[in-house]
Amino acid sequence: MTIASILATKGNKVVTIRPEQSIRDALRVLAEHNIGALVAVDPGLRPVGILSERDVVRAAVRDESVFGLTVSQLMTRDVIVGVPGDDLAAVGHTMIQRHIRHLPVVEGGKLIGMVSIGDVVKAQRDHFQGEVDTLQTIVMERGN
Amino acid sequence: MTDLGSGARPLRVAIIGAGPAGFYVAEHLLRRSDLAVDVDMFDRLPTPFGLVRAGVAPDHQKIKAVTAAFDKIAGHPRFRFFGGVELGKHVDVADLRAHYHQIVYTTGAQTDRRMGIPGEDLPGSHPATEFVAWYNGHPDYPDLQFDLSQERVAVVGVGNVAIDVARILSRTPEELEKTDIADHALEALRASRVREVYLLGRRGAAQAAFTNPEIKELGELADADVVVKPEEVALDELSRESLDKSGDRAGLKKVEILQAYAQRPAGTRPRRLVIRFLVSPVALLDNGGAVGGIRLVRNRLVASETGTIQAKATDQFEELSAGLVFRSVGYRGVPLPGVPFDEKWGVVLNEKGRVLDPDTAAVRRGEYTAGWIKRGATGVIGTNKPDAAETVQAMTEDLAAGHTLAPAEPDAATLERLIQQRQPQVVSYTDWLWLNEIEVERGRARGRPRVKFTRVDDMLAALGNRGPR
Repeated sequence: MTIASILATKGNKVVTIRPEQSIRDALRVLAEHNIGALVAVDPGLRPVGILSERDVVRAAVRDESVFGLTVSQLMTRDVIVGVPGDDLAAVGHTMIQRHIRHLPVVEGGKLIGMVSIGDVVKAQRDHFQGEVDTLQTIVMERGN
Repeated sequence: MTDLGSGARPLRVAIIGAGPAGFYVAEHLLRRSDLAVDVDMFDRLPTPFGLVRAGVAPDHQKIKAVTAAFDKIAGHPRFRFFGGVELGKHVDVADLRAHYHQIVYTTGAQTDRRMGIPGEDLPGSHPATEFVAWYNGHPDYPDLQFDLSQERVAVVGVGNVAIDVARILSRTPEELEKTDIADHALEALRASRVREVYLLGRRGAAQAAFTNPEIKELGELADADVVVKPEEVALDELSRESLDKSGDRAGLKKVEILQAYAQRPAGTRPRRLVIRFLVSPVALLDNGGAVGGIRLVRNRLVASETGTIQAKATDQFEELSAGLVFRSVGYRGVPLPGVPFDEKWGVVLNEKGRVLDPDTAAVRRGEYTAGWIKRGATGVIGTNKPDAAETVQAMTEDLAAGHTLAPAEPDAATLERLIQQRQPQVVSYTDWLWLNEIEVERGRARGRPRVKFTRVDDMLAALGNRGPR
């Protein structure tokens, strides 16, 4: 199972922000789409950073004027990205180990989607549930 | 109008495609005690069950036993089956919108992914899906010809479908006779001169998509010795680290099984089933106008940023002669007439099962999807159950919010008249149960699970012969 199977049911929608936009803009976009992180992209749609709600919360504790800062001032620049063919098991392991909750997915360097740790957990849970169900069917048939 | 879904005004749902995903959607809808739902299931074939009938290998009858659960769903008084009715041919989306509150597309992944290499379309090179449909008696394929006079066959891919193809090619006629393989395939395979079957995997043993029961079965064939190169299944550092970190015991076991095969002394069975790893086809070779072999590049393994083990081509090449090639490198859905399709992922464009408009990315009211046409070809039969549950969740949320279609003629009888008019040879579930009985009966006489009908005309003739309905 790969990242592609998650992206297939996400309607190709990726919410992005430009690094020069304000944190106020970023928070509005986060709230509007009910999501936890935004990928900052350059004009060529290449990811240049990621801004999570945590980044904003941490900054707000130190700095009352956080709304006026730019995305580039708070975003994480060292972004780990995935590709559609990445195995979900490996992706899940890497996300847990490195405390990543959102993984931008690129193809040819361009951002094409985003998967969250919740997406990965759900896909794996469904996968295992499906296997259990199928095995149970086989075992019960054997008993007949 | 808040009473939609009540006994007086049942929610009317059309499901397009009678495979596992369609049945699981029906099940999740029909078992709701708080909801009255009329489910009409359509399939372009007269027979239900999709890939359980036409995909699952004939020597895996236990997996096909899942159809008993589908029969139970179909037995619900609010369930109807319209077999032999095709979207885009007998009915279109506008017809469905005029008769149903909700429509669910569950048509699966009906075609194969291409390798994208020179020579792919040479005679003798086939998609594995066609071979599978042919030996399973799918009525679109009984007349296909595969050149089984060839001594060596190569199957590109190491997923469970590739394994199925290799195993069916390696079985003895006596083994196949006990299955429900299509008669035409049984006769062709009886005359087969295939002596060697190669399975070609791009990555290493630890990354192969097949599951352990499948690979174990290959080592237990009556007439074929399984052959593995020790150096291709030695566990490399990257794979070992990846298996250790993820605690993937099944992956370790898989490698152990293959390593045990590599240690087996040379066998004396008449056939060889060779499993190769770390090779990718770069071209199919032309031998007098037909495929004569494959040019392979050797791969090495590298880890991606997310820790996925990927194959990287080296500069080492080799040639493998083979007169028959099957590609099994993945599957994709085919677009449905009038339904948004995402070419990139090969699925109906959707968000958690809600069909989206491709231009505006807005939800298309009343249209849903589930199964492989929703998420791509991944997972086992049972994986479609939680997948269908997600779609049904969206459907019931939308119903509660009043976001359904507003059909002009939301009643069962009008729809039935329309279908009778457009496709007089429509097959009901009762009809199918009758066909099923005939198939099982014919099989009983020959000690087989069933002898399948492989042509629609034969099915209709059998139904016509049973007297008044």
